[in-house]
Amino acid sequence: MPDSKPRVALFVTCLVDLFRPSVGFAAVKLLEDAGCAVEVPGAQSCCGQPAYNSGDRRSTQAIARQVIAAFAGYDYVVVPSGSCGGMIKAHYPALFADDPATAEQARDLAGRTYELVSFLVDVMKVERVSARYDGVATYHDSCSGLRELGVKSQPRRLLASVEGLTLKEMRDGEVCCGFGGTFAVKYADISDKIVEEKTDNIRTSGADTLLAGDMGCLLNIAGKLERAGDPTRVRHVAEVLAGIAGPALGEPGGES
Amino acid sequence: MKATSRAFKDNARRALGDPQLQKALLNLRTGFAERRAHAVSQLPEWEKLRDEAVAIKRHTLANLDFYLEAFEQKVTAQGGQVHWCRDAAEANAAVLAICRRLDAQTVTKGKSMVGEEMGLNDHLEANGVTPVETDLGEYIIQIRHEPPSHIIAPAVHLTKEQIGESFRATHRALDPARRLEDARQMCDEARAILRPRFLAADVGITGANFLVAETGSSIIVTNEGNGDLTQTLPKAHIVLASLEKVVPTLEDASTILRVLARSATGQEFSAYTTVSTGPRRPDDADGPGEYHVVLLDNGRSALLGGEFEDMLRCIRCAACLNHCPVYQAIGGQSYGWVYPGPMGAVLTPSLIGVEAAGNLPNASTFCGRCEQVCPMKIPLPRMMRHWREREFERHLPPRTYRLGLAAWAFFVERPALYRRAADWGARILGYVGRARGRFRALPLAAGWTRTRDLPAPEGRSFMSLWAERVAARKRA
Repeated sequence: MPDSKPRVALFVTCLVDLFRPSVGFAAVKLLEDAGCAVEVPGAQSCCGQPAYNSGDRRSTQAIARQVIAAFAGYDYVVVPSGSCGGMIKAHYPALFADDPATAEQARDLAGRTYELVSFLVDVMKVERVSARYDGVATYHDSCSGLRELGVKSQPRRLLASVEGLTLKEMRDGEVCCGFGGTFAVKYADISDKIVEEKTDNIRTSGADTLLAGDMGCLLNIAGKLERAGDPTRVRHVAEVLAGIAGPALGEPGGES
Repeated sequence: MKATSRAFKDNARRALGDPQLQKALLNLRTGFAERRAHAVSQLPEWEKLRDEAVAIKRHTLANLDFYLEAFEQKVTAQGGQVHWCRDAAEANAAVLAICRRLDAQTVTKGKSMVGEEMGLNDHLEANGVTPVETDLGEYIIQIRHEPPSHIIAPAVHLTKEQIGESFRATHRALDPARRLEDARQMCDEARAILRPRFLAADVGITGANFLVAETGSSIIVTNEGNGDLTQTLPKAHIVLASLEKVVPTLEDASTILRVLARSATGQEFSAYTTVSTGPRRPDDADGPGEYHVVLLDNGRSALLGGEFEDMLRCIRCAACLNHCPVYQAIGGQSYGWVYPGPMGAVLTPSLIGVEAAGNLPNASTFCGRCEQVCPMKIPLPRMMRHWREREFERHLPPRTYRLGLAAWAFFVERPALYRRAADWGARILGYVGRARGRFRALPLAAGWTRTRDLPAPEGRSFMSLWAERVAARKRA
């Protein structure tokens, strides 16, 4: 029944677009395997978080209007990031308190928007994936996905179906990695201390792979592990679920 | 207290490099956070209780004038006095006037953050009255001439060894060979020093966790019992309270007490919960001869009805500090004023201005854990963002940062241009970084690459690769 396929728009996010397109392709594969018709609207760039979190409300509103227009009409909007998904779902509607028409559109978009893995499990009722990954992984719960969108059990449930993969929980898996967008640069010393705690906990977990659902956290954690010469592989959870496992973050040979 | 919040980054850098402090901060994680989680897990009605507590405070703040006046009437009827103070100077003057009238030489003090906010100790000392802190943590930082680093555990930034050294340096009359290795020995020593001070004090000053409009009472919670000795032994008891501490009834206070102790220390109830109602009555066995409430506004009434009103629900439990990754990394003194952590990041700019305290609401990853654990459900990240907006409107962030943001927004608001720029960025960075797979240093990203590598992009943007794939599918 190809006609009954839900039309899903992928919001690829600026960090996946720039740093790791393979995560975008992994998301497309997972969505198509789940029975979705996937489209990628061309008029997308960023969700606006850097402006929003810097107090620049005017730019944030302009960017949000653009996203609302670009993703109008789709059954669902899926984002391979808890923080960008949280921005659209939890924050866009509050941006237009004095513009009821746009606020209504923002609420409509928010209602259709999901973080990738929670969409697969909660909406598409995916129970398992067909993928293989040889390794022991630990999963970092990115803050916005966890606390704004309730992403916690969904990635673990799907990871449990990946052949060859063992999941081990780290201590304080729900504690921030210290990325925080521009925070990581503006307060680099504090950010570094927080990610040091995170990488210590990853090391102690005994895992050889660190997974998460947000590129920002992944870049931060991978960068810290690599500087310390730690061989732990760092990947977006979608890559493992889709069975697309090229070089890990920060490994050479990243040309796709 | 003079604010050093402008120097937040320097303060934080020093804190990160201080091994004693870093050792002391380790206790926060295992201590407060785990005990709170356990206490909450033991209470099935936790969420319902939180909602009730929030509703009580919302109702009170919506009718604050009514409940404050009702409170004053009850206090007056019982022979006490309420002193309405617009700012710290008025509050300090009110306290000093009472001390002078009673010819006070020394005053004992229970823990009071409002007292810290007023800079009361300095004011008393400058006017010839000796304040003696009686809460163990406050006593320790008083003898070390330091500000508190935490709103319920003021000396949490110190190790036992540091405290032992301070005791030896200060309590010179005691046997130099005595042992000061564990908490028990140090408590015994502090008790021995403080007991005669309690008996000698002319005036006792405490804070207040609640003011109860129904009865005209003030309530304090402590775990040391020092508050009771402070307020019952001297000639006068002065309560320092900010005006949002009022609740309508004793029943309301007990509802909030149930979330307070669990959120603060993971206890079901603090060891002492003391209700004070007026001065000593003729048939009372003991109690102070006078009862005063110094009621401080200091900018709080200006928050009513605005975007920061929710902050006035805060009950000073410190759960947000104990769960904040930034606080855990740098401790409380880095924040540079009285209130640290997420609640301080919201409250401090409200009280001393965003020009002085702008760093505080910016130094957050917005991880949201503070709001998650706040028993009063205060949207702390949202309010920190409001401060960032107020700052941005007034062009307070550095010019280079604002220009960078404007340049970024220019591209983001033009997706076609952005797509080309992103693909070129990915190609160039991917090409330069392809051999190592990451960068050890990168222009404009020194803050990042000083301590972390930056993984290199794969070499093309997703959007350009996707466009090629769509075109290929069309051809096929």
